[in-house]
Parts: sequence; C-alpha cells; structure tokens
Amino acid sequence: MPVRIARRLAGFLATLFAASFVIFVAVYAAPGDPAVFLAGGRDKLTPERLAAVRAQYHLDEPLVVQYGRWLGDSLHFDLGRSFQYSDQVADLIAARLPTTVQLVAYATLLFVVLGVGAGILAAVREGSWVDSAVVGTTTLAASVPSFVAAIALVSLFGVRLGWFPVTGSGTGFAGTLHHLTLPALSLALGALAVISRVTRQAMADAAASDHVEAARASGIPERNIVRRHVLRNALGPIITMCGLVAAGMFAGTVVVETAFGISGIGSLLVGAINAHDFPVAQAVLLLMVTGYVLVTTVVDLVHPLLDPRVRKARTA
Amino acid sequence: MLLTIDRLTVEVPGTARPLLDEVALHIAEGEVVGLVGESGSGKSTTAKAALGLLPAGATASGSVHVAGADVLSLTGEELRRHRARTVSMVHQDPRAALNPVRRIGDFLLERGADRTRAVELLAAVGLSDPERRMRQRPHELSGGMLQRVVIAGALATPPRLLLADEATSALDVTTQAEILALLRTLRAEHGAGLLFITHDLHLAAAYCDRVYVMYAGRVVEERTAAALFADPAHPYTRGLLACSPTLGDTPRRIEPIPGKPPSLSDAFPGCPFTARCPDAQPDCSSRHPAAVTLPDGGTAACHRIPAAVPAPAERTAP
Amino acid sequence: MTALTLAPVAVRPRRPVGVLLAGSFLALVALAAALAPLLAPYAPEAIDLSASLAGTSAEHLLGTDASGQDLLSRVLYGARTSLIAPVLLLAVAAVLGVTLGVLAAWRGGWVDAFVSRLTDVMYAFPGLLFTVLIIAVFGTGMTTSVLALGLAYTPTVAKYTRSLALSESGKPYIDAYRVQGMGGARICALYLVPNLGRGVVGYLVVLFGEALMSLATLSYLGFGAQPPSSDWGLMVQEGQAAVVQSALLPALVPGTAIAAVVVSFNVVGVWAADRLGRRG
Repeated sequence: MPVRIARRLAGFLATLFAASFVIFVAVYAAPGDPAVFLAGGRDKLTPERLAAVRAQYHLDEPLVVQYGRWLGDSLHFDLGRSFQYSDQVADLIAARLPTTVQLVAYATLLFVVLGVGAGILAAVREGSWVDSAVVGTTTLAASVPSFVAAIALVSLFGVRLGWFPVTGSGTGFAGTLHHLTLPALSLALGALAVISRVTRQAMADAAASDHVEAARASGIPERNIVRRHVLRNALGPIITMCGLVAAGMFAGTVVVETAFGISGIGSLLVGAINAHDFPVAQAVLLLMVTGYVLVTTVVDLVHPLLDPRVRKARTA
Repeated sequence: MLLTIDRLTVEVPGTARPLLDEVALHIAEGEVVGLVGESGSGKSTTAKAALGLLPAGATASGSVHVAGADVLSLTGEELRRHRARTVSMVHQDPRAALNPVRRIGDFLLERGADRTRAVELLAAVGLSDPERRMRQRPHELSGGMLQRVVIAGALATPPRLLLADEATSALDVTTQAEILALLRTLRAEHGAGLLFITHDLHLAAAYCDRVYVMYAGRVVEERTAAALFADPAHPYTRGLLACSPTLGDTPRRIEPIPGKPPSLSDAFPGCPFTARCPDAQPDCSSRHPAAVTLPDGGTAACHRIPAAVPAPAERTAP
Repeated sequence: MTALTLAPVAVRPRRPVGVLLAGSFLALVALAAALAPLLAPYAPEAIDLSASLAGTSAEHLLGTDASGQDLLSRVLYGARTSLIAPVLLLAVAAVLGVTLGVLAAWRGGWVDAFVSRLTDVMYAFPGLLFTVLIIAVFGTGMTTSVLALGLAYTPTVAKYTRSLALSESGKPYIDAYRVQGMGGARICALYLVPNLGRGVVGYLVVLFGEALMSLATLSYLGFGAQPPSSDWGLMVQEGQAAVVQSALLPALVPGTAIAAVVVSFNVVGVWAADRLGRRG
C-alpha cells in the first residue's frame, strides 16, 4: 500500500509539473514580446507596467529559473497583478473561489443523487420501459450543451414561471441555494448520462455474481439484496466516476457562470481572456488543473479502500 | 415425504434437449440421499428446483413439493419464506457464494441468525475463535474455513431440507472428511433431510442412504447405497464405478467411460447413453428406456435390463 | 463539458427508425445550409430596428432578434459555419492523431512513451481548458478555435489509432511486406493507415456531435465565431440578453438547432461507428 501511494503521488507531482510548465511556457508561444503579452498588449502599455512584469516574472533569467520562481511564487499565492482589475490575482481568485466551489458542490450533489438514482432505477427495472426511459432521457440531456440547457432552464423556470432568479449568486444559505439551483442543474444535466450508465452497468455486473444468487437462494429480501449486495459491490466504479465528473465540473463552470452572470473563477477566466489579461487566465488555469489532477489522484487512492480484495491484492 | 419431485422437465430456449427430462426424486424426513452424475447432467438444476430457483428464461413442467408446499407455484413473499426457512443450500464454491466485501458476521446475520447464535454456529462448524471470524472478510479465510462458514449460513435458520451441492469437492481430503462428518452430525441434530450432490459415486455410496444417478438430465438409476455399490444395474453406473480407483481393492483395471459427456446441443430420441454404452444394441438409440423396478426395489432405465415389472411413476405424496 | 476527458457517450445501437429519422433530419439541415441563399427570406445581416424582437409571424417565421435580424435566415446561414467548422477541426485532429498514433504503435519504445506522456499532460486539462489556454495565448477567433480544438482532440484520436494500429500491425500481411524488405514508412503509409481508415472514420463520426458542441460553446463564450457571423453558439450569446425581457426566440431558436443536430448526430454516429467497426 505505501508503495502504491508513493507511486501515485509521484505520478501526481510529475503530471502537475508538466501541466504547470505548459501553462507557464505558453507565454513564449504567444506572438511578440512575452513582457508585452503579460502586460496586456500594446495599448495602455507604460514603462512602469513593463518593468513590473519583468520583475514579477523574472524575464531576464533563464527559462528554467523563471519557471521555478513562478512556481515558487504560485505556491505562496503570489500570482502577480492583474492590470485589468488593478488588483492582486490571488485576491481576485480568493474573492470568487467560494462561489465556484459552492456551485460545483451543489451540481455534484444533484448529479450524484439524480444520476445514481436513475441508474439504480434502470438497473432494478432492467429491460423495462423505465430502463429505456432513463437511458433515452439522460442521453438526450448529454446532447444538449450546458449553455443551451442554461438558457432553456432560465426561460422556463426563471422568466416564465418566475420560480428562480435568472442571474447572480445570492447571499445567505437559502439565497445561495435559490440562486445556484438553475446553474447547478445546467452543470449537472450533462453528467447524468455518464453517471446513470456507469451505475446501471456496475450494478448489472454485480448482480451477475454467484453470491447474489446465493443470497436470493437463501431467501434474503430483494430490497436487501439490491442494497447490500448489488449496490454495495458496484460502489467502486460509481464513486470513481462521480469523482472524475465532479473534478471536471470546475472546467464546466467556465460556461455556466458566464451564462448566469455568476462572479466565480470560471467567469473570471472568460473575462480575463476576452480582456487579454493573461496573468489572471494563467492563475485560474493553474488552479483548475491542480484541483482536477488532485481530485482524480484522491479518487484513485480511495477506490481500493472500498474493496477489501483490491486492498489486499495491491499490497501483495 | 419431505421432498417429492415428480416428472420435472425444465427447458431453456436455444438447447437441443431439456436440462431436466421427467426427473423423479424423493427424500424422506431424516434421509441422506445422494445425487451423482457428470457435470452438466442436471444435478444442480434438480437441487435448485427445490428452492424454486430455475435458470433464467426456463420453463418447467411437473411438480416439486417440499413439506407439502408446491414450490413451483410459490411467488413473492411465500417463495422468499420458503427459501429462508424450509430449504437451505450449501453452494459448490464457497468463495463465490460469499459477498467478498461483507463480513462473515453479516453473512450469518442476514440469513436469520442473531449475534449469539451466529457465534454458536461458527463454533459448531468447527471454526476457532468465532468472535474474531465474525469480523473477518472472506479473503482472510481458507477455502475449508469458508465452506464451514457457508454450512453455518445454511443452518442459520434450521432448515427441514439441506442441499449440499458438491460441498466438499474443492477441499483437500482431510478437510473433506471433517466437513462430511460435520454435515452428518448437524443433519442428525436438526433431523433434516439431506440431498448430497457429488460426481464421486464411491463417496455417495459410502455416505448416503440412497443414491440417484443422473445422465443427460435423466435419472438412470435409483438404489439404496449398498445395492448400488454391490450390484450396479445401469451400464453408466457400472462405468462410473469402474473408472475410478478405490482404496483396499485388489488391483483391478481402471476403465474410463469412452466418449464425452453429452452437451446441451445433443438431442437423444432414445437412451442418451447409447453412444458410450458397452452393451448398446441397435434399438437403444431409437427408443426411450422406461425405468424398471429391480428385485431389490430400486429402479433403472435401460433396455438391456430384463423388464420384470415396469416401475410405477412416482406419486405425488404431499 | 467534461465530455472531452471521458470516453464518448456510447449509446446502445438505436432502432433503424430512429437512425432513419435522425439521418433524414441531418440531410435536411445540410441541404438547408447549402441552399441557404435560396431559402432564407432575408439576408442574415439585414438589420431592421423597427422589427426588433418580433415574435413569429408571416414575415418572420421564427421571429427576429434585438436588431431585427430574421432568425430563420440567420439559423439557415449559421448552419454553414456550425456544420463545416467541426469537420475541419476533426480533420486537424485526424491528421495529427493518426500520425502520432501510428508512430507510437509502429516505433514503440521511447516514441510510444513520449506520445503517451504528451497525452497524459493534455488529459490533465479537464474539459475545454486546454483549448482555452491556446486561445488565451493566440487570441480569440474561429481559426484559432478550430485549430485549438483540433489539437485538444488529437490525444483522443491518437490513443484510439494506436490501439487499432497495434492490433493491425500484428497481422500476417504486414509481416509479409516486412519480409519483402519494404520500409516501415512505406508499409504504414500504403497499407497500415488505409486499413485503419474505417475504424478511425467511425470514431470521428461519434466525436462529431461533441466537437460541434465544443465549438458552439467556444463561440458562446466569445472565443470562437465573431460578429456579424450567424454561428449558432454566437447567436445564443447575442440572444441571451433578450431572455429576461421574455423574448425567448433569439436564444432558443439557435439553441434548439444545436441540440437537435447534436442529438441526431449521436444517434447516427453510434449506428455508423457500429457498422463501420463491424465490417472493418
């Protein structure tokens, strides 16, 4: 087990180094002088700005040193200044991160409950109209881009029915919940197909085991068989997939926050790109990629804990 | 009669012959009955029918009665209660029969034992440190220990009928002997009937009161254990006895049965054993042999046995 | 949006009725896009402020947007960019992906390891983030978006091609060419790649719906098509402001067009991939 954890952590660090290097070195791929690019282009360029950028990014030193310093600074949450917002990038992100985390958490709750629920329903009623309805509906939902889903939800529940606000992120717990319901739903819809399908398949595989037939032969109530034998044994793939999808949701906030005018790190990234504010874009990308790689690593490490057999086999 | 199976025919789509073809079998209270045959002969299907458990998509005719209940007509809660209280099965592969992610204790508790009884059961089947076993998971135990756990599970709610499906086949000889002794003791204590399924005819003859021999979904011979061993009537039974070595015998030739066991894609208009039978006559493959009663009261289904009296079909005796 | 990092949605093969329906719809859309100048009642960029946000009427079958542009005309013209751009980006991904995949499978060793590390790094970027990084560097616009998305799809195609190429290059006929002393590059170009064609094309067809969605998303965010284009994603963005004024058509018409085309493509794509895969 310790060997596995160490190997996985080494992989995590290697991926993170490589991805962060790509994000950093992208500056040099941009046409023109990197200092000018980082300062937000030629317009409104002042010598002071240029000097500040050169100092922040250590542009006069060799590339590897620059990268090392940038990474070191990033670890200390020193992410440079945004010329667009005239503010520290770290502060910009810190102010918006909670909203985005709330949105992703809410969306995760929705897709886990609805997706796993639909998958269980389809598995238990395999081959019936319920099964076809679940597969059909979730597949349809996966074919609708989240921004189109967002507009459709706003049109119906926001404008027509007036049940939910159409923009903003609200204050207080109830207000936040109220404001974030439609955004979270738009974010979650696309995930339902994957989650329900994985749930359905994992349960079908688990239900085919001999011990399930043995349990049935022993007259154990069907409800308990589904819960304690089928679903319990299917949890591994279900939880893994839920973790991966939840990790990917941070990227999805880019679209949904824009659609609902929510001030989070997703909409910050879109704004930064449209305003040529590269330091902000760089920082948000670094954060999202780190979060994603971190969550997928954790999911991978947690997965064997669910199955005592794997736990044993991997140490052997 | 505890278990009465009468003319049970089970068919699944896509096969050339039925899984079971007019199988008749009965077990009295407290009786130990052996069921012997090669793999695919229908032993497990017969046993599972006593639980009301048929293969997916199967159609059945005939009847199965356990302690007066018509098993094949049971549904829902009645069927569940029948499986939970009246009949228990000890499965062939104990490692597959246990959910790998749940504890031994859970296995016994969900089969109707309370905690105290579960610990008693584990002790009764000869497991050391039963308290600790309760908390262990299947992968922490050996095959022999798991077989004991599965037997404990089958006894969690004392059954009237115990089905042991190759319960000892996967175990080494000493463990096998212990488990066999254990099954007999526990059965005697509970006064239950035991259907002992095995491919080992010698073992069945030594262990059981009465033995059924199955071939290609049919019962080809039914005798008391002593009679079967002393004077096998059906050529297949003779073949089974001749093809395995026994301890203490004077050296004799081991003669394997020629040919392969029949598959589900082979249909037999006549006697299914014809192709492998040393005594086969031309008409064997065209006519289905009826079971004939032998002088000692057993039956055998073979054209070559002088038909003294045709055996009456077993009555439904609920 | 997480679709990029996950395997393409594998729908059960539909009944032919559904495939036929979806196929005819797509053919109709393609025809409409080709004949847009003949079918469209107005020029897509014709502004008529007096008819701003008009509902459905005889003059404007699908209503108008805030600048009074006819939505039907715009959607018809928009079908051109919305359908052709995904083809282009998949072509980019196919050329790069097949090259990398075949190279990795054929050479093995460090080339294989290098391609797989490259793939790992790109997979560390969830959803559209890799594309977004490229756009952040090279600026917004349709060309950048198509190239960036093509690059983002490359690892997926490369991985798929690699597995196909590995099983194909183990076949005896490849060995036969090798024994004849033919060079590796020639065998790959003349025999291996053409034999992978079916499988790869089937895979690309399945990816099409997702590619269209991704591209529409970029345009919606303002990264892809720029005004006055009638790209569907951009139209949704432009129409969104009117939604709060209860004028739903400007956003819902192009939104529905995207969803309908993607659904149809997924239905047809799975069926086509299934058939191509089985015969290939």
